[in-house]
Order: sequence, then C-alpha cells, then structure tokens
Amino acid sequence: MNPAIDAPTIEYGTLAPLLIVFGAAIIGVLVEAFAPRYLRKSIHVPLTLLSLAGAFALVLVQVLRGQVSTAPSAMGALAVDGPSLFLWGVILVLSFVCVLLVNDEGHFVASAASVPGSADEEGAESVDNGSGHTEVYPLVLFAVGGMLLFPAANDLLMMFVALEVMSLPLYLLCGLARRRRLLSQEASMKYFLLGAFSSAFFLYGTAMVYGFAGTVSLSGINHALSAGSGLDPLLLIGLSMLGVGLLFKIGAAPFQAWKPDVYQGAPTPITALMASGTLVAAVGAVLRVFWVGLGNLDWDWRPVIWVIAALTMIVGSVLAITQTEIKRMLAYSSVAHAGFLLVGVMATFGTAEQNAVSLKAILFYLAVYGVTTVGAFAVVTLIRDPGGEAGHLSRWAGLGKRAPMLAGTFAFFLLAFAGIPLTSGFFGKYAVFAAAVSSGTQPGDPIGGWMVGLVVVGVIASAVAAFFYVRVIVLMFFSEPAADGPAIAVPSMGTVAVIAVSLLVTVGVGLYPESVLGIANDAASSLFIR
Amino acid sequence: MSPWLPILMAVPVVGAIVVALLPKGSDKLAKQVTLLVSLVVLVLTGVMAAGFDPDGDRFQFTAAYNWIPSFGVKFGVGVDGVALVLIALSAVLVPIVVLASWHDADGVKTADGTLITPKRSVKTYFSLLLVLETMMIGVFAATDIFLFYVFFEAMLIPMYFMIGSYGGAQRSYAAVKFLLYSLFGGLLMLVAVIGLYVVAGKSTFMFPELVGAIQDPTTQKWLFGGFFIAFAIKAPLWPVHTWLPDAAAQAPAGAAVLLVGVLDKVGTFGMLRFCLELFPDAAKAFTMPIVVLAVISIIYGAIVAIGQTDMKRLIAYTSISHFGFIVLGVFAMSSTASAGAALYMVNHGFATGALFLAAGFLIARRGSPFISDYGGVQRVAPVLAGFFLVAGLAGLSLPGLSSFVSEFMVMIGTYESQAHGSGALTVAAVISAIAVILAAVYILWMVQRTINGPTAEPVKAFKDLNVREIVVLAPLVALIIGFGFFPKPLLDVINPSVHQTLTNVQVPVSTIAEKGTGQ
Repeated sequence: MNPAIDAPTIEYGTLAPLLIVFGAAIIGVLVEAFAPRYLRKSIHVPLTLLSLAGAFALVLVQVLRGQVSTAPSAMGALAVDGPSLFLWGVILVLSFVCVLLVNDEGHFVASAASVPGSADEEGAESVDNGSGHTEVYPLVLFAVGGMLLFPAANDLLMMFVALEVMSLPLYLLCGLARRRRLLSQEASMKYFLLGAFSSAFFLYGTAMVYGFAGTVSLSGINHALSAGSGLDPLLLIGLSMLGVGLLFKIGAAPFQAWKPDVYQGAPTPITALMASGTLVAAVGAVLRVFWVGLGNLDWDWRPVIWVIAALTMIVGSVLAITQTEIKRMLAYSSVAHAGFLLVGVMATFGTAEQNAVSLKAILFYLAVYGVTTVGAFAVVTLIRDPGGEAGHLSRWAGLGKRAPMLAGTFAFFLLAFAGIPLTSGFFGKYAVFAAAVSSGTQPGDPIGGWMVGLVVVGVIASAVAAFFYVRVIVLMFFSEPAADGPAIAVPSMGTVAVIAVSLLVTVGVGLYPESVLGIANDAASSLFIR
Repeated sequence: MSPWLPILMAVPVVGAIVVALLPKGSDKLAKQVTLLVSLVVLVLTGVMAAGFDPDGDRFQFTAAYNWIPSFGVKFGVGVDGVALVLIALSAVLVPIVVLASWHDADGVKTADGTLITPKRSVKTYFSLLLVLETMMIGVFAATDIFLFYVFFEAMLIPMYFMIGSYGGAQRSYAAVKFLLYSLFGGLLMLVAVIGLYVVAGKSTFMFPELVGAIQDPTTQKWLFGGFFIAFAIKAPLWPVHTWLPDAAAQAPAGAAVLLVGVLDKVGTFGMLRFCLELFPDAAKAFTMPIVVLAVISIIYGAIVAIGQTDMKRLIAYTSISHFGFIVLGVFAMSSTASAGAALYMVNHGFATGALFLAAGFLIARRGSPFISDYGGVQRVAPVLAGFFLVAGLAGLSLPGLSSFVSEFMVMIGTYESQAHGSGALTVAAVISAIAVILAAVYILWMVQRTINGPTAEPVKAFKDLNVREIVVLAPLVALIIGFGFFPKPLLDVINPSVHQTLTNVQVPVSTIAEKGTGQ
C-alpha cells in the first residue's frame, strides 16, 4: 500500500505578493490571446500597474502588521524574511516606475519577428500605428515575478528556477527595440547566449554542491559545511561555478562584458528595469547564497570576492571613461556600482550586529541606486534624434542651454552616481564603505586589514568614476549646443512622473537619509533566515 | 541650543530658492534680492559675533539635532573664535562679491565693445552664490565631523558650476581639474572619517567628544594622512597646488575671491582644528616634513608668481606662497605662530579679495588678463590705480596693513618655536623671510607694469571706477588698513581658541601671542 502523500503546506498569505504578480502575468497572456487588439493595451496597463501596486500593498501589510516570518515558507523552498520583504518592496516600486516608462509610446517594435527593414515590418508598423507589442506587459510581469523569487529562494534549485523565470522574458524584451533593430537583436542574442552559459554554470555548480552536501537547501549546505572539512573538491568546484552564475547576473568583472552591449541595444525602459530591478534581485541572491549557504566557508570565498570586487570597481570606472555612448557609459557605471555593492557583501562578517550593519548598507544602497538609475534612463528616453534616442555623447553638448530643467535633473542624477554629498548616492556609498571598514576591525578576521585596502581601492575608483560623470555635465553645461542638436521629446505624464519621483527621492534621501535607512535597518536587523 | 547658526545657514539657501524661482527676465530683481539676502546675513553675523564671549566656553551658539541616527550623525553646529572670524569673513565677502559680479553674467564687454564672456543665466549665478554662502557658513560652523565633510565636499559643486559656466576661455578644463583634485582629496578624507568613527568606537562624530579618542600612534598617523592630504589639496600646498592657478585664472573675479579667500581657508582651518587636535602625536611626528612643504610653497609660489604674465594667475601664485605661511604657522606648534596663522586666514581673505577684484575691474575694461596689455592706468583712472596699489601693498604685507601683522606673527612664532629642538624651525623661519623680498618683487613689478609708465593706447579709453566699484573696494581697503593698525579685536577672539587647540596638542602656551600684537 502506498503511503499517503501529504499535501505541501503553502503559506499563501506570506507568498501573496509573488502570487499576485505571477497571476497577473498569466492573465496578461490570456488577454493577449483573447482580447481584441484595440482593447489590449487598455487592459494591460491597468492590470500590470494594479498588480504591482497590489503586491506592494501586500508587502506593506506584512511589514506593518509585524508578520515578518522567521521560518522558511513553502516547505523550505522560500524564505520571506525581513531582507526579502525589503527587496520585494524595492523591486516592486522600481518595476512600477519602469512600467510607466514602458507605457510611453514608441519604444517597442510592432513585429519583432520580421526582418529589420523589410516590407513585413513596415506593414506591421502601419497597421499598428506605432502601438507596438502589447506582449511586453505580461513579459515584464514574468520577469518581475522572477526577480521577486530570486532573492527569496531558499534552495539552489528554486533559485535556478527564479533565475530562468527572470532571465527568459528579459532576453526577449531586449530584442524588441523599435529603432536600431539590428543592434537590439544583437543585444538580445548576446544576452541570451551568455546568460544561458551562466545559467548552465549555476546549474552545474548546484549539482556539484549537491554531491558534497546531499541537499540543495542553503541551510542544509551550511550545516554540511560546519560538519565537513570544507576542502572537498566537489564543494570548491561547485562553489566557484555558483559564483560564476551569480556574478554574471550582477555584471561583476570579469563577467561584465555583456552589460554595455545589452544595455545599449535594449529598449531604454527595459534597460532601466534590468539596471535597477535585476541588479537588486541578483545582489539579494548573491547575499543569500554566500551568507546563508556558505557562511561557514568565509575563509574560502572572501579573498576571491575581494579580488572580484576590486577588479569590478576598477574595470567599471576605467572603461566608462572611454565610452562615447550614454547608455554604454551608464552600463559601465552600473558595473562599477556592482563592485561597490560587492564591498558590502564582503563586509558581512563577524558578529550578528556587524552583519546587520552591512546588510542595512547594501539594502539602502540598492534602493537609492535603483531609483536614481531609473530616473537617469527616463531622461535618456527623452533626448531624441530622427533615428531614435540620441545616444552619442557629442549629441548632448549644450543641452543645459536648450533644456535647463532636464539637463539639471540629469546632472543631479550623475552627481548622485558619483556619490557627492547631499545626494542619496553619497550615503549609499558611505554606508557600504563604513560597513567594510568596521568589519575590518572584527576580531578573528584574517583579512581584516585588507578590508580597509578594498575601501581605498573603492575610493580611488570613485574618484575615477567622478571623472566620466563630470564629463557629461561639462558637455551639457559648459559646451555650446550643436546647430542641429537632438530634439527633446515632449514627455508623457508617465515619464514626467518617473523623473519627478526619482528626483524627489534622490534629493529627499540626500537631505534626510534616515527616512530610508530606518526601514533598511528594521529589515536588516532580523537578518536572513539561516 | 542656540538658533543663531541654523538661521544663518538657512537664510542664504532660502534666498537662493527665491532667486531661482523668480520669473524669467527679472535679472535685476534677482541681483537685488541676492544683495539684500547677503546683507541680512552680514547683519545677523555681526549681531551674533557681538554676543560672542571670548573668555566663555570654547564652542558657543551650539546646537545639535539628530540627523542620521543610523550612522550616529548629528546636525551639530557651534563656533570657536577661529570659526567665528572665518564665518564673519565669508559674510563680509559675499555682499562685496555680489556687487562686484553685478554685470558678470550679463555678458562682459570691454570698452571697445568686444565680448569677453557671453550672456548667461543671471539667476543661476546668484542663486549658486547664495547656496555657496550657506555651505561656507556650514563648513566652519560644523562641530560634527560628518557634517563638516558633507559641506566640505558639497561646496565644490556650486563653485564648479560658477567656474565652468561663467569663467574664461579655458573654464571647463579649469573647473574639471578643480573638482577632480578636490574630490580625490575629499574621498581620501572620507576613508579617514570612517576610520576615525570606527576606531574611536564612540558612535558619534561630534568633534569635542572625539578629541583624544585615538591614542594609538600608528592609527593616528594613517588617519592624519587622510585628513591632511585633503586639506593640503584644498589649501593648496606644494606639490598639489596646480589646480589653483587654473581655477582662479578662469573663474570670474567674484568667484575667484570666494575660492581663494574662503574655500581654500577650509583647508588650513581643517589642519588647525582637525589635524592638530584629533591626532596630536601624528601632527608632531609629521611637523618637519610639513614645515618643509610649507617653506617650499612659500618660496616656490613667490618665485613662480614673479614669472607670471597673467594677473589672475600671478595673484593665485602669491596665494600659494601665503598659504605656505599659514600652514607653517599652524604646524610651528607655538601659540604666536598659530594665532598668526588664524589671523592670516582672515587678512589674506581681505587682501587677496581686494587684489582679485581690483584686477578684475582692470580686466573688465581691457578684456585681457595679461600684464603686458596694460600700462599707465594711473593717468586715466587714478582711483582704480590707487585701489590696485593699496591692495597690492597688502599682498606684499607692508607694515601698517593687516597682512603684515599676521605674517610677522607667523615668522616670529616659528622662529621662537622650540618644537623639534631649537634650530630646525628657526631655519624655516629664516628661509621663509626671503619671501618678503620676493613679494615686493612680484607685486611692485606688476604694479609698475600696469599702472605706471606710459599709457598704453587701448588703456586711454579706460573709465575710472564707478560708484558701485568704489563701494566694492572701499570696505575691503578700510578693513585692511583698520586691522593693520588695530588687530586686537580679531586677536582677542582668536587667541583663546588657539590656546585651547594647543592645549589639546599639549604644546605649552606662552604669552608671546599677546606680545606679538604690539603695534
């Protein structure tokens, strides 16, 4: 007689934000299939925005009622702890504003499958009258669902599923730019191939670690580590492969090569989503794997991350100097910022208190960096040439005279990226560096002194990075405008809202960082469920 | 909790917002509002300063509000004597600069109608000026080191835009060089600020609580290094001075006055307050190398100034020489020299301010900063020539003018300092005295080539100073002469504060400071 199979316990209340986003995505697919073409957009937009807002509201409800769970959910597959909820909130807000950008006309191709420049494509354009793909909405929702799942996954297999759910829609979305189709398709292809490789690495690493620990659950791995010697070849190979898969997603050197190409080719609203949401989710996942899963193996991975963090900061800021395309420059800047975040990951060492300090720093950094990034890309969508966005930096010359408000806003975002005081970016950088220095003084840290060294590397990288941010400001404000300068598109309500909110947050948090720090502090103090 | 300093800081920034929000085409109103706001700040500063008790607590008018509890940061402000006189210096210079820059953003034309700088946004210029005033007051008033750092870095941005948008032909190069140099120094200081917080382990950035918190000599040296490099770049000290001549030469004259007169003082102010008091052992250990750098700055700045062909660059190099004197005074470890250095910070602000502005009026008439384009100004514009001469003489520290008192105090104090055995600093004082002769060469030669001699052809069309320009220069010259004969009010405020500093560094406080004031 077969034993009865117990039904799995699912904490529906805890997982509700996730379920709403996935549910709305599936409804979106049905809308695509059954609703008439002319109605689709007017159904998709409210559906997408409402589901994201609803999910955010549910996250808030959990936090406000003090119901942050302290045990894994869904039979140990997910951990919806304080940091997870914070990251969910950040991802939901960021994706909400990115959808406002997606909603703007003219970013997406009408028929992605047709050959660029062919009669088919022309035809699709004329029928649609530029309304483009409406599939982007459910695709974005699936990607956002994956982003939510990624940092909350409590075992490696669930994390792999999340990685794929997040990445596959993004591969597609990258190829949907309406202008410069070939570049967009190239970006999509590159991202897909390299992303598939990195996923394979991750999966292979999972198998290896399973071979060592006999489980894929992160806490199980940590438990096995505390028992074993920690020098098993299976473990070390598995660990490095997991690292490759994860570091690829945050774009750490030497796995950063895809970022500039993909960021440049993708439709700018999608670039904004990747640069903010994906980074937040991936850094969350990196933290969870290294801190929860490999916490007992500090000795082995921290020196490696030290080198990668230093390399990422240097590569990102030095290569950004030579860029002449605004989106490529922001891509390299995003690489440099990934390096700063890795400094924070390094700092999760020692006492629980120190861990909470570092975690708070990273959460704060992610939140403020994400908002500023979306704002910056929103500005990029507005500066247009006849052939699409005016990406080349020389086209931005003299923008300060032609559109002082817009250029001033963009300059402020750049100063925030550079970490100038009285912007939110400064406090993010300060928090991470301070956490790193204080972790260096933790007793028993064999590489404690090196942490200060890493901060010095970070500071020098910041100084280098300041150069290319400032260069854009010089172009915009101190150069004469070109005679046939780019047109400044009349922004839609959505875009105006995105830029205004980003600016408000960047200024507001810059003046009074405690507003966000307090929340990050509460989220971090409970730490990840180990 | 005294509301004085927060109010002083709030007034200009509110004014800046008002100016920025004025409707298009109200350029004149923007200028008037800016002038009014800066005068209000000056009056408020005067009233506050009158209530300062030199013999009272070290920090007065203190206030502290929780700002970022998560980082242990407070919005803590308060002034000691040195901070008070530097805030007063800023409050005096800003209205003067506003008047002096009245037409700078309108598009500067020479007498014969050549456009030097095109028309630019007047509102932006004046609101940047007011934002800068808030930050200048804030940086001297901050008693929380984190708050100090925030102002220290943030004040670069308005100055960067003032140079980059309103400066001369090479303005964008000069602005970027200025910003990157300062940012680099500031970021090193950031590491030291973090290190100070972590090592001290007091969970606060409040300066009075951190004095004496770091005992380990090695840690002191590292942290001292982080602070000192930032301040040395700001001051600027040889060999990290190269940004100053470019920035000062390209900035509009008004911005150059604030840059050299006030912003650079943050460097020497920081050395006196933070480097000495937080890391006394390191400061003593590094005294000799720093004194050597200071002496090099003094001589090098003076010699290079002699060779300049551009008036603004010349004045910038003289400032490098003068900053060498200030740094020498700060690190001579004697109360006379330190009080002299603090006094020099104020006097240099007035003297160099007058010199820059007078040179700026010359340049505005001729459209060229080059000395060789002038000659015989005295015959066509005697008032302008007279002011230029007096400002120049203040620059070479003529007895009877204010800079003389401070330079003399620094040299006497250094000469008599017993730090590092008897001989070492005496030698430094003797070498730096050579600069007095060099100063006469660079100033008098410039004056001779510009205002004396036969009148150059284009100079003949010069108009003499108008009322606005006289109102700009007269108060500065009055202050230079007034404090030259009677420096006591300033010294009375500075001395107790400097003594406090030296007590914290455990240097015996002598009474030479009082002797040095003899007229």
